[in-house]
Amino acid sequence: MMERFDELLPLFSISLYETILMVAISLVIATIIGVPLGVLLVITRADHLAPNRWVFQLLNTVVNIIRSLPFIILMLAIIPFTELIVGTSIGIRGAIVPLIVYIAPFIARLVETALLEVDYGIIEAYRGMGASRGQIVTRIILREARSGILLCMTIALIGLIGATAMAGVIGAGGLGDLALRYGYQQWDLPVMFGTVIILIVLVQIIQSLGNYGAKKLKKTA
Amino acid sequence: MIELKNINKTFNVGKTKVEALKNINLNVSEGEIFGVIGFSGAGKSTLLRMINLLEKPTSGEVNVKGKNLLTLNERELRNVRKKIGIIFQQFNLLASRNVFDNVAEILRMNHVPKKEIGQKVEELLLLVGLEDKANQYPANLSGGQKQRVGIARALAMDPEILLCDEATSALDPQTTDSILELLLDINKKLGLTIVLITHEMDVIKKTCDRVAVMENGEVIEQGTVIDVFSNPLEATTKSFLRNLYDDTITEDMLVKLRESGHSYILRLAFRGESALDPVLNVISSRYSVITNIVHGSITYLKGTPLGILLVHISGDEANLKQAISYLKDAVYHVDVSLELDERHKEVLAQ
Ligand SMILES: Nc1ncnc2c1ncn2[C@@H]1O[C@H](COP(=O)(O)OP(=O)(O)OP(=O)(O)O)[C@@H](O)[C@H]1O
Ligand SMILES: [Mg+2]
Repeated sequence: MMERFDELLPLFSISLYETILMVAISLVIATIIGVPLGVLLVITRADHLAPNRWVFQLLNTVVNIIRSLPFIILMLAIIPFTELIVGTSIGIRGAIVPLIVYIAPFIARLVETALLEVDYGIIEAYRGMGASRGQIVTRIILREARSGILLCMTIALIGLIGATAMAGVIGAGGLGDLALRYGYQQWDLPVMFGTVIILIVLVQIIQSLGNYGAKKLKKTA
Repeated sequence: MIELKNINKTFNVGKTKVEALKNINLNVSEGEIFGVIGFSGAGKSTLLRMINLLEKPTSGEVNVKGKNLLTLNERELRNVRKKIGIIFQQFNLLASRNVFDNVAEILRMNHVPKKEIGQKVEELLLLVGLEDKANQYPANLSGGQKQRVGIARALAMDPEILLCDEATSALDPQTTDSILELLLDINKKLGLTIVLITHEMDVIKKTCDRVAVMENGEVIEQGTVIDVFSNPLEATTKSFLRNLYDDTITEDMLVKLRESGHSYILRLAFRGESALDPVLNVISSRYSVITNIVHGSITYLKGTPLGILLVHISGDEANLKQAISYLKDAVYHVDVSLELDERHKEVLAQ
């Protein structure tokens, strides 16, 4: 393996870069979509801040439908939609759309769970003191749940890395692509194992950082 | 200050309807401490939440400071709410913020300048006795301290009304007393109108000027604390009071009643200074009736003593009548018609 170091290093570093790029872009956009959806899934419940049965049912159903599809199937099924949005269904650009569609509802669901942990009594207290719904959402609910939300984002991020690897199928680049082309198609074991090790290390680092951050944010004593 | 008019509240739980409040009429005057007592499920919390419209009535009117809250739009209602503080049994503090921020957050939401916030919070923490705990998190505080934070937070916007939903029910007796004293203190110092709900007569007795007793969604009895305590009319009220003084008629008394011909059992309520008057000596010498104290206790209502005596008196009928009419003038309340239950009647009939 050592004698191939010069050959493999750029291969791995480019793939890692591509993975991080795809993950970062889709995570940011999916968060921007997913967190508000998660908030809506909480506050539109009966007896919450803004009860609305139709909005809740609609969101709940859509999230459930998307969540029941494995990424590989979702990615192929929405190819026309992907082409409509970014003009192509392959490469990094083609991968980002399905990644967002896949992970945003996941984030919504996780955020919903984290927000439901905030005791409704606290929300009532601030409603009683004349806080607006917007203030309650941003300054009370999201803030009180921030440690839980960070853990959710950690889980989502790891899920996203897994999905990104699968996007190798559509030639999206990244570590998945590398493992597929070299590792699988040419049965290049060093590349295969190298990818596996990089993924493991990556996930470990993210999870540890997430746990550490959540603990910091949870500081209640 | 607060006026609830013909309030009804029905909850729909699935297909069944729960009538949580039935035709409630209440008036709370400025500066008083008004208590609402009732068993679990009586509708106390629902009633309290009507006052800041956290719960909307199915029908009826809620007036606070002459404003009909039901006619206000969302923004106007929020402005009214800012002047109504509320504290809870479960404190409902922000776990992720320290004591200072718990009190400060509502001020920040209202864009109070930073310097003023610092002063205000310091002042409030001093008032509730937590000046050295500003940097602590709620998880590190005792129940009583948490409730003090709750009170400081509720006072942050300089409210004119403070609502207390079982504010002391999660606390031990000593801590309860210290919180009640704090409430009395801010009622006096700040002229705050307080509405508190509880299931303990002890809380009512230590703090309230007037009280309403609730049962099954209805106010069954209301009046000044001294009147309700000296002459409770409803069985539920009596059972709450029995925790403070037990004036149940014992078989012993009934036997005496049966044996001594013309006799009565009287329930006398004395208030304030008259609690010390020797009225029984007067009647026994003046009307030659025989008096026998079968139960006696003194309760302090917000510091004013209320004495309750159960007295067995016997003598000839004309003298008894005169003695009773003398007592009616001399003491706060005389109850001649203590009701007897079946068991008592059986004893009497023997
Ligand atoms: N949001 C709600 N939905 C349905 N029923 C409710 C709701 N809130 C209260 N109730 C019902 O209304 C009645 C009165 O409840 P409330 O909480 O006001 O009683 P309470 O006197 O405060 O009791 P506790 O001492 O247990 O707090 C109860 O039967 C309760 O089940
Ligand atoms: Mg209650």
